[in-house]
Amino acid sequence: MGRVKTIARRTFLIGSAAIAGGVAFGTWQYKKAIPNPLLADEAYTLTPYVLIDANGVTLITPRAEMGQGVQTTLAALLAEEMDLDWDQVQILHGPASRAYFNAAILEEGAPFVPTDTSWLAETVRGAMHIPAKFLGMQITGGSSSTPDAFDKMRAAGAVARAALVDAAAQRSGFAAGDLITARGAVVLPDGTEIPYADLAADAANSDLPDTPPLKPQSEWRLLGRALPRKDMLGKVTGTAQFTADIRYPGMLFATARSNPGLGAGVTSYDAKAALAYPGVEDVIEVPNGVAVVANSTWAAFKAMELVEIVWDPAPYAGTDAEMRAQVEASLTADHQDSRNRDDGDVAANLPTDAWTAEYTVPYLAHATMEPMTAGAWLDGDRLRVWAGNQLPTQVLKEGAAITGLDETAIDVETPVMGGGFGRRAEMDFIKQAITVAKALPNRPVLLTWTREEDMTHDAFRPMAMGRISGTVAGGEIKALDLHLAAPSVISSQMGRIGLNLPGPDATIVQGAWEQPYTFPNYRVTGYRVPAGVPVGSWRSVGASQNAFFHESAVDELAYLAGVDPLEFRLNQIDHLPSRKVIEAVAAASNWGNPPAGRARGVAFCLSFGVPTAEVIEVAMTPQGLQMTGAWAAVDVGIALDPSIIEAQVQGGMIYGLSAAINGEITFDGGHVQQTNFPDYDGLRMPQCPPIAVTVLENGSKIRGIGEPGTPPAAPALANAIFALTGQRIRALPLGKAIGFA
Amino acid sequence: MAYSLTVNGETRLIDMPGDTPLLWVLRDGLHLTGTKYGCGVAACGACSVHVDGQAVRSCQTLLEDAANAEVTTIEGLGTPENLHAIQAAWLEHQVAQCGYCQSGQIMQAAALLAETPQPTDAEIDEAMGGNLCRCGTYPRIRAAVHSAAATLKG
Repeated sequence: MGRVKTIARRTFLIGSAAIAGGVAFGTWQYKKAIPNPLLADEAYTLTPYVLIDANGVTLITPRAEMGQGVQTTLAALLAEEMDLDWDQVQILHGPASRAYFNAAILEEGAPFVPTDTSWLAETVRGAMHIPAKFLGMQITGGSSSTPDAFDKMRAAGAVARAALVDAAAQRSGFAAGDLITARGAVVLPDGTEIPYADLAADAANSDLPDTPPLKPQSEWRLLGRALPRKDMLGKVTGTAQFTADIRYPGMLFATARSNPGLGAGVTSYDAKAALAYPGVEDVIEVPNGVAVVANSTWAAFKAMELVEIVWDPAPYAGTDAEMRAQVEASLTADHQDSRNRDDGDVAANLPTDAWTAEYTVPYLAHATMEPMTAGAWLDGDRLRVWAGNQLPTQVLKEGAAITGLDETAIDVETPVMGGGFGRRAEMDFIKQAITVAKALPNRPVLLTWTREEDMTHDAFRPMAMGRISGTVAGGEIKALDLHLAAPSVISSQMGRIGLNLPGPDATIVQGAWEQPYTFPNYRVTGYRVPAGVPVGSWRSVGASQNAFFHESAVDELAYLAGVDPLEFRLNQIDHLPSRKVIEAVAAASNWGNPPAGRARGVAFCLSFGVPTAEVIEVAMTPQGLQMTGAWAAVDVGIALDPSIIEAQVQGGMIYGLSAAINGEITFDGGHVQQTNFPDYDGLRMPQCPPIAVTVLENGSKIRGIGEPGTPPAAPALANAIFALTGQRIRALPLGKAIGFA
Repeated sequence: MAYSLTVNGETRLIDMPGDTPLLWVLRDGLHLTGTKYGCGVAACGACSVHVDGQAVRSCQTLLEDAANAEVTTIEGLGTPENLHAIQAAWLEHQVAQCGYCQSGQIMQAAALLAETPQPTDAEIDEAMGGNLCRCGTYPRIRAAVHSAAATLKG
């Protein structure tokens, strides 16, 4: 397993032994509550983000690296305060631990619009950190890693630095105030440099100070700059170790087939032919399916085809037509889930013949490049799990439940992952791997899903619908009434890990209810569709559908009002950072002056606290519609790494455009009909326009950027298609209504 | 029966069934894990390697058909200590996000530049269209291919 586990089992902080084992530093505001997972002795209750040993300084970056660059940015927060040079920094994800809980993840669910920075709103958001801590969930998602870490990890770095300076002061006899730090060393007034590694053991034996003042932004050397990503070299040389790349002696290779009726079990199976296949070691029943274990992944794949399985029936409607009828039938008062926005008097201001439209979106798969893959090994009295996942503390719970071991006997390693997008917050494939490992004690097992299993066994972005009415007067929206229906992602997702979160689900109206428009009569009502197909968090969650509904409707009303769609939005938003991103895409794209034969669409969405405006330009070619340009502007409050932010916005946009053009999961007999990329494709390079990104910093708080690039992409494209062709497409994917090149 | 295969300049004897796709020979037989499994149907390009200098989908190339051929994988193109110009360009442009498709992207780009040393955007798009990236690194791939072309031209 990784280095952290080796270190964690040693005795720490005893004289010179400390330097052999490494020294962990850190702090935070609730510092006494949760044991430090890097320390064998739980009397030391520091949150461990900084580890110093003879090899130098290793920073613990306990968020899943799914490609979003988070580990680079988290390391930079620590390195900045410690005055480390960037090339001195090594990083590790670290073990699964409640100590690494994510406090910011629940903020998005608070019933205050992100633009509300009042005392009450901030107090309630702060209170959300307490249940987050209680849950102790080490989770990566919700664009929350950077906001969660911004103060916490800088503080951990500052405390470590102060302790090292104190140690140097005691050793040298100089006052701490006369010492400075640079290049990973404490520098004495005479210029002598004492490397941190030489001071670590002394520092660890002293009491850690309270958090010293953090560096002002004007003194940042690493933050605010585009840093070389720590994971880049491995990823361009094929040496980065994804889950399936980790090898142990005697390792077996497995695959599983799960019930195509999602969530249902196995009635019976016949493994005789599979067991006779060359290289096959065993066939094992696992949660929701059957696994084949062999001497190569290919042998497991082939033998899996020979297992005859009788499945329990799917516990939900059989076809997507029936599912769509359920969604539509849920737009009634008895399904109402929330009405967090009800400005003015919508009913009184909507005439009976007001403009009304219905918008629909289908189920979507995450379709990460790396299919779901997990390794597990019941090694004596310990369980080792290695699996790219967004929720390692839950892996501890699942491992304990399956094996009967105590959570302290379980090691979880979280390798870099080949895309997450929300999919790897699910435990299905990991539970299967642990079940196989339990059946084959002392054998490391790698379980790889086929692409077909991956595509057909997702926790899908839900099918959803918006019924929207509006009216315009004097070139502006006078009333806008949104009725939004979707199943509860939170209830489905939390239910699968045994949690029941009562109350309305903010994701049903996310990306619509909290928008900074000033329409005088403005109402957003969410309706909860009864649970059916398992649904999950898909990059930007509810905003992925609601931005399409909301921004298509605003666009339609702009045309009804006879006002330029970009001006129309600007005229009805007074939130300054939001206005600035719209002005920025207007300037960058030279809005209003598209090249001959081309047309543009614009969309805006405030999601995860980030105002985002996007413009897409299209042209018709003999081969079909082609995107010829794209512009995005975002406001993240404080931009820690401009290069990573640009990549996330481009990637988020492309992810949204892929779904907007091609993405649709359909069902027949309760089974998913799309099985591989040929029938659920992503955007390809020839379809991808140049994308220019502007990053602004007018917002009041630092924000994460993994998701906000996605929501405006679909409506910006749909609005561009309308501008070019006059065709208003209200159902995704767009590719069903118009041909793309 | 065992098959003989030259991988990254080294001749290897492989004792796997002849109908095993080269992808699984590389990954599970030789533990050369830089080449990735993405789709198994030649639709994503994550498994791209060179066989006798041509970019092929290793998930669709059987061991018995690749026997005696020269196979180059990402590990053979360049190493962290000695990067190929294309890998250096990927590093310069910070192309990778999740990185899972990038071995295939780089092998495809290497084959393109061997054939077309100074490709246009359209030629890059054409050559790379079979390589899917779900993170959306396409804009940086385009830029990096141009950079690598300039470097290789010297």
